[in-house]
Amino acid sequence: MDFLHALIVFCNFVAVPALAYGSQLALGALGVTIVFGILRFSNFAHGDTMAFGTMVAILATWWLQSQGIGIHPLPTALLALPIAIAATAALLLATDRLVYRFFRSKRSPPVIFVAASIGVMMLFHGLVRLIIGPWNQRFSDGERFIVSAREFKTATGLNEGLAIKTSQAITAVVAVAIVAVLFWFLNRTKTGKSMRAYSDNPDLALLSGIKPERVVAICWVLTAALATVAGVLYGLDKSFKPFTYFQLLLPIFAAAIVGGLGNPVGAIAGGFLVAFSEISVTYAFKKVLGYVLPEYLAPDGLAQLLSTDYKLAVSFTILVITLLIRPTGLLGAPRQ
Amino acid sequence: MKVISGRQMTGGYGGGDIISRCEIEAGDNQIVVIVGPNGAGKSTAMKALFGMLKLREGTVRFREEDITDLEPQDRVALGMAFVPQTRNVFETLSIEENLEMGAFLRKEGVKAAIDKVYDLFPALLEKRLQRASALSGGQRQQLAIARALMTNPRLLMLDEPTAGTSPVVMNDIFRHIRKIASSGIAIVLVEQNARLALEIADMGYVLVEGKNRYSGTGADLLANADVRKSFLGG
Repeated sequence: MDFLHALIVFCNFVAVPALAYGSQLALGALGVTIVFGILRFSNFAHGDTMAFGTMVAILATWWLQSQGIGIHPLPTALLALPIAIAATAALLLATDRLVYRFFRSKRSPPVIFVAASIGVMMLFHGLVRLIIGPWNQRFSDGERFIVSAREFKTATGLNEGLAIKTSQAITAVVAVAIVAVLFWFLNRTKTGKSMRAYSDNPDLALLSGIKPERVVAICWVLTAALATVAGVLYGLDKSFKPFTYFQLLLPIFAAAIVGGLGNPVGAIAGGFLVAFSEISVTYAFKKVLGYVLPEYLAPDGLAQLLSTDYKLAVSFTILVITLLIRPTGLLGAPRQ
Repeated sequence: MKVISGRQMTGGYGGGDIISRCEIEAGDNQIVVIVGPNGAGKSTAMKALFGMLKLREGTVRFREEDITDLEPQDRVALGMAFVPQTRNVFETLSIEENLEMGAFLRKEGVKAAIDKVYDLFPALLEKRLQRASALSGGQRQQLAIARALMTNPRLLMLDEPTAGTSPVVMNDIFRHIRKIASSGIAIVLVEQNARLALEIADMGYVLVEGKNRYSGTGADLLANADVRKSFLGG
């Protein structure tokens, strides 16, 4: 019975939140990895692209709410997603036209693109703060819990509760659906295959009649969709604040790099690895250990390795270790 | 009618001409071979025909049409195909996906075209779902040629297809090239193995320092004492 209690506490505070957070990171890392695969640079503006998409979703949510349109018990933001994706895609395509295309035509080295993307990052960040403000925004409506801790306790008669938030369940379902569609697109459709071909060997793609500008445009639309969905899911689960989204860049890059940049499966694995590391390193295991260990071994302290204030350090450590030991990532193949 | 005709081609990659007033022509069903010593501009001459080198002077015509200013990808749509010497397959794609990508511009008949290519290269059919990186050197060259054939070309250009292959594979590649030519596709080939290549050539060009030195039918060049002494090792 004690073991079961320990398991429930662990699930409630570590496993379930980490699954949700991992899915959000995985979607974010997929966007980074696709831009890297097609355009060959690390897109530092990705966190703020997520912020922009989420901002549009919030504005659209408010408008829908004012019109009395909703999909209770689900959050209205899901209804706003298509609008937000379209707006973000338009923004990214315009940015490509105005910024990146110039450097492509000059065949600039990747580091120039990275520098340009840092400029774009600051621009997007400022834009978002200007439009919606730097404050915290909560925009999740609808049912908050699928199963609340109290319901769980009364239903099972156990001392510990396992809560599952609506946002967590939505995150998992949407992430699985998006990943399935993405992999179907890349592996089964002619356009998707041409994107993989271009990523593999741009010169030979040209010799096969594949149009680079079309591949690049589709790449940005995919990135916009992935970033917006990741951002909205994160915002529903926690809350939206421009600066938090900017900070998300670090765990997202850690996820993409530990999985192997350019490898979609790696990005997903990396997302969960980073999320589980971050949450389990900053979680106080006192209660879990109290159930499992005999009384004389139970910890006096919190049994917390790192304060939650340091959670970004976890991503940073994963990033550094990967770059030192296996720069191509766990699933990445060395490129020539 | 000439399928391809490069006239007075002069140009380089910035900083000096690599080829000057170079002339190369190929007729229907012909196998044309470009040979010459290292650094003679053989590959450059072929790249000029394909538009991968901006010409300072001279013209390139494809089936009478002036294509001197056309981008390489637009030449693919016209019916020219190119097999690079290296990095000539999509390594992370399967064999079949490589062929599908070759047929990217085709609207219909892709399945039939793939079957036709498998008839020509049965070894590829056996491995159709494997990644291209799993292929042996010879099979890889077969796939590179097969990918180019999928664009439905009237002219196939190959840059040193036998470089770094064993004699067995080399003979195999030449056998396939003859077969492709007999199906009505003109071929332009840059080759290190001058003797072997000239044996299958309808027309041969010997380039030296970016200029035409000798030209004639393959048999003529093989019989020419000067060519034999200077380029074929006696």
